[in-house]
Amino acid sequence: MVFDSFADFLAMGGRGVYVWTAYGISAVVIVASMVQAVRQSTVMRDTLARQARRQQQTENTHESGT
Amino acid sequence: MRAFRATLMRELLLLWRNPAEIINPLFFFVMVVSLFPLAISPEPKQLALVAPGVVWVAALLAVMLSMDGLFRRDQESGVLDQLLTAPVLPVIPVSAKLLAHWLMTGLPLVLVSPLLGHMMQLPTLALEPLMLSILLGTPSLTVVGAIGAALTVGLNRGGILLAVLVLPLYIPVLIFGAGAVTTAVQGGPVDGVLAVLGALLALTLSLGPLAVAAGLKISSGN
Amino acid sequence: MLWKTIKRGYHQLGSPRYFYRFSSAVLPWLTPIALITFVVGIVWGLAFAPPDYQQGNSYRIIYIHVPASSGALMGYVAMGIAGMVAVVWRMKMAEIMIKAIAPFGAALTAISLVTGALWGKPTWGTYWQWDARMTSMLILLFMYIGVIALQNAIRDPRQAARAAGLLAMVGVINVVIVKYSVEWVNTLHQGSTLKLVGESTINPAMKYPLLISMLGTWLLYAVNVMVRARTEILSRERRSGWVKQLVAAGGR
Repeated sequence: MVFDSFADFLAMGGRGVYVWTAYGISAVVIVASMVQAVRQSTVMRDTLARQARRQQQTENTHESGT
Repeated sequence: MRAFRATLMRELLLLWRNPAEIINPLFFFVMVVSLFPLAISPEPKQLALVAPGVVWVAALLAVMLSMDGLFRRDQESGVLDQLLTAPVLPVIPVSAKLLAHWLMTGLPLVLVSPLLGHMMQLPTLALEPLMLSILLGTPSLTVVGAIGAALTVGLNRGGILLAVLVLPLYIPVLIFGAGAVTTAVQGGPVDGVLAVLGALLALTLSLGPLAVAAGLKISSGN
Repeated sequence: MLWKTIKRGYHQLGSPRYFYRFSSAVLPWLTPIALITFVVGIVWGLAFAPPDYQQGNSYRIIYIHVPASSGALMGYVAMGIAGMVAVVWRMKMAEIMIKAIAPFGAALTAISLVTGALWGKPTWGTYWQWDARMTSMLILLFMYIGVIALQNAIRDPRQAARAAGLLAMVGVINVVIVKYSVEWVNTLHQGSTLKLVGESTINPAMKYPLLISMLGTWLLYAVNVMVRARTEILSRERRSGWVKQLVAAGGR
């Protein structure tokens, strides 16, 4: 650590606002993109699972009907 | 070659019979430019300062707006499918179509540009570079715009999407086109800048029609 | 021997099913490695790298700015290459990649612009300069938006991917030309001759954390692309037997 204290680290030699805003926005954007990617993947899996279940049901009712 | 000439004549005839497609971009060009003296100031010095950029941006937008309908009619009438499945390479009729489109929409812009430059208080010595830069630049704009038109041909919200796709691709031409005029106003040598515009034109003419043909193939699902 | 391996790898990774299996095996360890590398690089840069003798501590924005810019540029070039493969050879995996690469690339471009502006303010007193790098990045963002918008506008996924691929190919050529033309216009209108980074000599103590955070960003990009590609594979291959089996088995 090149800073003397944690407060020094936060202050960034008086430029803390710029440095921490830059990192904050970057973190939000990266996390948002990651979360979106994972959520789309879960939603897709759920949709496929639901479709499969529905298809199974219709097949079952057909079998019991005939 | 015969296929090229036949398409060219057909396209010219079609555009000639529908003069709104020629005249509207021209009117648009003139009207947009004449908005600026009203919006900025009629003061000659201020106008001359922004004139190269204003005339160039207006020309660019006029070309872009004229691109939207380029392939639409052909697609609706089924001519496009014939063109893509015909025994000739699609590049040939596509090139003819682009040439016809530029002759009917781009060339009129070139011809009125000195008039607009003069109205925007450009010094007389800059009018010839303005005309030359638009002469060398608008064909590139037509070809690059046609790539966007080819990719959006079947889509119903084509217009605004076309702008989003094509405007970033227009930036180099805009920079060197307006740059040539600015250089002329400042009294610098224009040849080099016009040569760069010519190089961009050579690049778009050699690769552009291929990309347009490929785009049409993709859009028509072949 | 090597050529055969490369060829086999190309054909295997070219198959969506194989890619799905491959990424299932890779993701569980690539994800933590990417996260750790990224965090180590950033923390090292923020807390342990020495301050710049001219800029003090505001230069520390470099540890996110440069990795984001490099990732954004590489992503667009990769998308252009995938576009070529998709348009010329109609390879399915390339089509899937075009769609998977775009979102994180656009995000990194936005990060590059925002961090560049926040770095510019304390360094030369303005958030925005129309210099060659920042202008090119802005145009790059527009072009990412164009690719994404075109993809969203076309309903058929294969057609959408190939159209976007062709646009990305044209875009790659455009990025190069834009860079040089903006440099030229800046020599025409003199005045903005400020330099973004003093690039000549960089202290190794500053360089290593930069290289690590760069690697970390690329790895995160790879993870993001893989996750998105997997979603797209499931969506496209939903009618195929192996996806049905996968869904019936409950998932992974």
